[in-house]
Amino acid sequence: MQITPIQLTFMLAAVITLGSALMVVSARNILHAALWLVASLFGVAMLFALLQANFFAVVQVVVYIGAIAILVIFAVMLTRRVMQDSGPQVIRAWWLAAVLAAAVFAGLVVMLSSWRGFWNLPPTLANPDAPLVQLGLALVSPNAYVVPFEVSSVLLLAALIGAIYVAFQRK
Amino acid sequence: MTWLSDPITFITQWLQHLLAGWGLSPGLVQFLMDFIGAGALATGAMLFVIFLIWYERKIAGRFQDRLGPNRVGPWGLIQPIADMLKIFTKEYITPDGADKFVYNLAPILMVASVLLMWAVIPFAVTIYGVDLNVGALYVIAVGALGELAIIMAGWASNNKYALLGAFRVVAQLISYEVPMVLALLVPVLLSQSMGINTIVKAQQPWFIVTAPLAALVFFICSIAEVGRAPFDLIEAESEIVAGFNIEYSGLKFGMFFVGEFLHAFTSALIFAALFLGGWQGPGAVQYPILGFVYFAIKTGAVYFLTLTLRFSVPRYRIDQMMAINWKLLTPLSMAVLIVTAVIEKLLQSSPAAVTDLALFIANLVVFVITLELMRRYAGRQRRQENQKAAEPLVQQTGISA
Repeated sequence: MQITPIQLTFMLAAVITLGSALMVVSARNILHAALWLVASLFGVAMLFALLQANFFAVVQVVVYIGAIAILVIFAVMLTRRVMQDSGPQVIRAWWLAAVLAAAVFAGLVVMLSSWRGFWNLPPTLANPDAPLVQLGLALVSPNAYVVPFEVSSVLLLAALIGAIYVAFQRK
Repeated sequence: MTWLSDPITFITQWLQHLLAGWGLSPGLVQFLMDFIGAGALATGAMLFVIFLIWYERKIAGRFQDRLGPNRVGPWGLIQPIADMLKIFTKEYITPDGADKFVYNLAPILMVASVLLMWAVIPFAVTIYGVDLNVGALYVIAVGALGELAIIMAGWASNNKYALLGAFRVVAQLISYEVPMVLALLVPVLLSQSMGINTIVKAQQPWFIVTAPLAALVFFICSIAEVGRAPFDLIEAESEIVAGFNIEYSGLKFGMFFVGEFLHAFTSALIFAALFLGGWQGPGAVQYPILGFVYFAIKTGAVYFLTLTLRFSVPRYRIDQMMAINWKLLTPLSMAVLIVTAVIEKLLQSSPAAVTDLALFIANLVVFVITLELMRRYAGRQRRQENQKAAEPLVQQTGISA
């Protein structure tokens, strides 16, 4: 079987994503775990880029690496005993979790293999701008996702105001 | 005459024919070409820093009424090369208790985050790394990697000043990203695209005319993002020694230095591309090399402006820095975005000249309102301060004798 460059890149991205995800849960130093999480999220951005979803790849980096990962790192740094935790890393029922994870993975593979796109390479898009425009229109169209979009915006705004209220000191 | 008017395309085609002539498959040729292109662009950018350092030191000298470097080579041109050789020979010192891997990764990531921005900048009509349809957002995204590098450096150094510096920088960078992205949305809105190539082509006239306030906000934010005076709280020598890079020495420190210089110049490049028409100018489409020259001149002008600010404005206090961002730039950029969107939609069917004029006038109105609000705010502050000063000391401190 001939391996195309895109398949090679996919494998690389998959290895980066999964390997870093493994390191997130196995790293002793919690700050290293946070940095491995960044690498893992970057791998997901690579997968988006491979699917020609440039917008999602970039948003993945902006939101998850630029904001959430930095927030996580901040939180980790403000926690005490960053590197002194030396307890066991697995619980007794770890095999149960492993079986469950394997079952979910197998189920997903079985379900997805019936989808016709499962065995094909992604087609090259004629107009790479089109999906982005469609997404933008769908988010503000009454027939599509305007209500969920607005509701989540209000939720985020409420969280923002709540955070300010909690932190605010009355003079 | 293509080799004269469009040298990069000429070289690319020549190299492509050469590689294809060796019997390589087209996919491999494309891969090699991309590889060589990325390498050449990154190397060129890094080498350009040598010139930038000389230029900046020379300008700094003139601003401070001295000559600047003038001993090594004509007009001191070889001075940065001498400095570079010196920094190569310096010893690497890794502090005790440092997190080695993270400590060494941070300077690399810092330079990489800036170099990645060069991938989407169109230098001329035919000279660009990649025409990404989300280029404007991409620039913000890779900028986030720089923040990550700073926080990694600050934490891994195992030094309290480094960590304090890193916290400060990240607070500053994350805050100024908000108005920066909002201001960036205005050119995106006007050109109806997030690709930087399309934004450059859409500038008839330049966006600094139709969106002067967005340009102003973007300019201020880009200075803050680089962390240069007046926003150089990052390495406030009098407060936190040198900030996040205090423990770095030799070339590792040099990488942070290169990252900062390159970032400052890259900000000027992006500003010129987004608001000053990029490579646009008379004859730039027929002769791409002319576009390159126009782009260089525009970028040079913006860069000179940032240098002027750097050497003539004192550093802000941290509360002032935050107040400028959250009380002035963020509301202003939101107002500009809303006003631009409304006008653009209302005047959709009218000729372009009318829309441009309306946008310009609306920007002026918003600017006047902002100035008036600022005047009132400052007046209120001053009255409060005067009142405080007039009160007896006992009331102020709450201590009675």
